[in-house]
Order: sequence, then structure tokens, then C-alpha cells
Amino acid sequence: MNFQLTKEQEFVRKMVREFAVNEVEPIAADIDKEHRFPVETVEKMAKYGLLGVPFPTEVGGTGGDHISYAITVEELSRVCASTGVICSAHTSLCSWPIFKYGTPEQKAKYLPDLNSGKKLGAFGLTEPGAGTDAAMQQTKAEDCGDYWLLNGSKVFITNGGYADVFCIMAMTDKSKGTKGISSFIVEKGDEGFSIGKTEDKMGICASSTTELIFQNCKIPKDRLLGKIGEGFKVAMSTLDGGRIGIASQALGIAQGALDVTVEYMQARKQFGKKLSQMQALQFEVANMATQIEAARLLVYKAADMKDKGLPYGKNAAMAKLFAAETAMYVTTKAVQLHGGYGFTKDYPVERMMRDAKITEIYEGTSEVQKMVISAAVFAK
Amino acid sequence: MAFKILVCAKQVPDTNVIKINPVTGTLIRDGVPSILNPDDANALEEALKLKDKYDDVTVTVVTMGPPQADQMIFECIAMGADEGIILSDRAVGGSDTQATANALTAAIKKIGDFDMIFAGRQAIDGDTAQVGPQIAEKLGLPQVTYVEEFDINEDRTEVTVKRQLEDGYELIKVKTPCMLTCIKELNQPRYMHVAGIFAPNKDIKIWSAADVEVDLETVGLKASPTNVYKSFTPRPKGKGVMLTGETEKDLAADLIARFKAKHII
Repeated sequence: MNFQLTKEQEFVRKMVREFAVNEVEPIAADIDKEHRFPVETVEKMAKYGLLGVPFPTEVGGTGGDHISYAITVEELSRVCASTGVICSAHTSLCSWPIFKYGTPEQKAKYLPDLNSGKKLGAFGLTEPGAGTDAAMQQTKAEDCGDYWLLNGSKVFITNGGYADVFCIMAMTDKSKGTKGISSFIVEKGDEGFSIGKTEDKMGICASSTTELIFQNCKIPKDRLLGKIGEGFKVAMSTLDGGRIGIASQALGIAQGALDVTVEYMQARKQFGKKLSQMQALQFEVANMATQIEAARLLVYKAADMKDKGLPYGKNAAMAKLFAAETAMYVTTKAVQLHGGYGFTKDYPVERMMRDAKITEIYEGTSEVQKMVISAAVFAK
Repeated sequence: MAFKILVCAKQVPDTNVIKINPVTGTLIRDGVPSILNPDDANALEEALKLKDKYDDVTVTVVTMGPPQADQMIFECIAMGADEGIILSDRAVGGSDTQATANALTAAIKKIGDFDMIFAGRQAIDGDTAQVGPQIAEKLGLPQVTYVEEFDINEDRTEVTVKRQLEDGYELIKVKTPCMLTCIKELNQPRYMHVAGIFAPNKDIKIWSAADVEVDLETVGLKASPTNVYKSFTPRPKGKGVMLTGETEKDLAADLIARFKAKHII
């Protein structure tokens, strides 16, 4: 057992912390207010390798690991959860399934551009009628001999409006249920593929969340990702990893909220003393800090298991469940400790509390995480 | 044709978080993170910009300090430097700027041929701004301090720099090899690249005084003509006050009112 980060992981934290504080934090409130996707930040993240952290150099990655990836998303999210999820969805939900299930040709074609950030990735599973019940896919992919024909739509797709490469789940044989789902790579500009409605959200307002529309969308045969009928497995294993990303995002949100709250409490005086000198409030902070540390251990452990090639689905679900609930708990307390100021947009905790909520919902709601965890527990 | 750039750097305590013991006047270094000296980051950045521009440029970072300075060298290499050399020996401990320059000059001579040296203007822990110029003198190199703009000619035999002065600037042409000391206005240092952090086999050498064949009589505390008498944080200059008023007469009246308020007149 070793709880020490490696030298490289420590340097990743130092680098991303500096990057986040200088490049991301100054615009975080503005892009939230304007609901503006930060194209310029994506370019900067690309320049420094932040969009290819956990992949080997042979496919254009940095040669880093999943703990470093978790730290990257955590540190970005500490100042801006929207920026954190742009990195997470791109890395975990698009680059990873291509890395894991792609043919050598698909890897060579897509991964160098995705890992260098030249192209941005997204993932499409959720549909209007297939949320938590992801098996109820209505989007169809028909084998037309020379090409696949896709019809249907996806909703709530992170990075949707700005992505170049999409991993899309579609039904190839409805009679087979989940075994009839297959996975495909769709590119921006493919015939019959368009971006629909952009969601107006409560939080992570600077991330792009859109509908994807496939209307007789023709894609070449070599865009099948994995085997026919393997799509549900591709999707579920991708989400296992994605949960490490979202858990890291939740962890970062919580840490960011605690950090600004501690700073505030050391400055704010009431009844002749600083809030940080009042024991009842000190104890709130103790609870917040303890929950965050527990969440961090769960997140890094899941990432470490992934790096070591161990089964990590249950651990990723635990990390995501606990970190998301921690983010919600800590940000709610952070607003409370800021009093009336916390309820205004002059302080970042208001945004952090709105941003925290989604971590309990996307890439599997907290309820789904409990399904995954309990299934693993009872399988013994 | 290879073009070898040396960058002189120093690992310093982050003075943004450092405190001074009010009784003894010495720096409290416990728990203070060590960082790459900010002006040295500008020096490295300018070298790396040349490396980005020309394929044959190599960048070597040279420092003197404890073995833990390898953390700073690691960072420099993750930013893009090719290699780093740490001159680390008890014999050079306690050196003032003169003795430090003697030691680093020996290290630079040991490295051999080079085409340029970039250094930071000064280190934030001492604020002397002496080591760079002293090295240049000892090596017999032309030097320009306070460089805020840099340009190099096609065949890289001559550089043109803008040298910041308190009330203006100088434009200076200087032949390579030369020593330039850099200020923060010169550029915006890059971050480490994640791939640089994970790149295996970083070339970090630790040299002893014997390795660089320095005369031990010229380094260390005993060879230092200066000693630290007291450490203190200079009081920041107050913000200037802008006089208000439409006309010169109004401005003068405002000035007189302010003087009177302070009992100056």
C-alpha cells in the first residue's frame, strides 16, 4: 500500500494547478454567465498535453497514467467545472473507447489527433427514452452493404457542439436487446449528421450539451467500433472509466469550494471575530475537509486500479457516488458559510453549487452507481 | 551547425509565501515551497523559443545548489530544456555572489563551447542581480542586462536587444556568444508539458567541485567578500496619488490642500 503520489503525478498537479489558476479561473465566472464554450482554453489545454494525459506516446498521448488524469480533471474543476468536464468527456468517453476497442487503423487515424487536442471528442449513448435505462436504444444502424445508415437522435451530449469525433451507440439488431447494440465512430461533417438543440442548463453552463441528429446518416463500414453487438459492452466499460473522470470533477469542485470558503472565513468578521475562529463553523469545515479527503482516496484508488489493469468498475462507481455527494454537500455548506454573499454571483461558490448537482446525475446517476455497487457486492 | 544555449537558473523559496522572523530578521524557510526563480523562467523561455524556431538548438540549464535542485531541473526539462547540470558540493556552500560566479564559471568552462547564455536578472531571495554579470566578466563575454526584447539575426552571430532602464530603454546590438540577463517583460514562460513530465531518462547531472576543477580558495563562505547583515522585506512603495482638477490652478490647489492635510506646509 502506498499513498504517496509519484514525482511525476506531483508535477502534473503543480502544472495543472498553475495552468488552471492562470488560464481558467480568470474567465470561469464570465463563461458561466455567458454560457460560452471556452474554445481558447481547449486550444491551450491541447498545447500542454492536457487532452491526452492517460495514453501512451505511441498513440500521441503524454505517456501519463490515470491518477495523473484524475488530478488533471480535479485541478481544472477546482476552478471551473465546465472546463473539467470538457477534458473528461473528451478523454474518457471518446479517446478511451477508441484506444480500447479500435482497430489499429482506427487508432492510427483518430488517436493522435484526439490526444494532441487537434480534434475534440464526444460520446453518444443517452436518448430521450433511454437514460438510466440505456438498453432502450432507438437509434438504428442499418448495414447497407457498402456503408452503415444511422437514424435517430441522442440527447445531453457533452462537447456536442464542438466535437469532431463521436462514439455513438446504435441498435443493429433490436431482437437481441442489449446484445443488438453496436458502437460506431461518427465524424463532424458526415452526411446526414447534424447538431440539434443546445441545452440551457442549471450548471456547467460553459460546457456544450447538445442533441445529435442522425437522418439517413451514411458512414463507411470501417467506422464500426468493436464487434457487432458489442456496443453495450463498449458503452458500459467506457462509462466505468468515465466515472473516474466525473468523480475527479466532483472532487475538484468540492476542493475549490472549500478553498475559497477557508479564505473567506479568515477574512470575514462577525461579532468581533473572524468566522474561522468560531468553533461551530470550524467543525463544519472539518467535516467538509474530511469528506473531500475520503473522496480523493476513493477516486485515486479507482484510477490506480485502472492503471494496474485490475477490475475497477465497482471502485469507480463508489468514487463517483461518494465524490458527487461530497461535491453537493460541500458546495451547499460553502454557500451557507458565505451567508448572503454566497448566494450572489460575486462569489464563486454559487456557481460551484450549481455545477456540483450534475455530478450526481450524468455518466450514471447516484442511483445507478448504487445499482453497480450493490450488484458487485451481491455477486460475491 | 549546433547552437548551444546555456541558461543559468536558481531554485529559490517562493517569497510569496515566505515569512521573516520578526526577532532575528532571518527568512523562515520551513514548509516554504521551492520554485524556479521567476526571472530565470523568462531566461529559459527565451532559450526555448529559439529551440522551437531552430532544429539544431540545445538548451542546458546550469544551477548551483543542494541536490534537491533536481526538482527545479526536472521542471525545466519538462518545459523543454534538453539537460540540466547541478553544481552541488559542500565546498561551495555559503557562497556570496562573487564566489557563486566563480563556481558557476568553472562549471560553464567544464561544459565547453556554447553560443549564448541567458540568465534571470536577479533571484527573488537575494535581489542582487550580480551573478549573471559577474559570470560574463569572468568568461570575458559581452553582456546586456535587463533584456525586455530579444531578436537574433539570420546566421545567429548577432542579437539585438532592448534593455530596460528606469526612464527609457536602450537598443543594443551584441555579437554572440554573449550573456543576457532577462526580465519578466521579455516573455511569458510556458508551463511544463505533461509529456515532458513523463518523458523517461531525464538528463540531470550532479557535479561536484572536483568535477568542475574549481579553485577551492575562490568558492564558499570563506571566499565571499560579502555577508548577509540583515534580511527584510522592503516596504512597498505607496500607490501614487493623482491630483484632481480641470485646470492647472485647480491641480495646484489640490496639491496644496494635500500638503496642508499632511502638515507639510
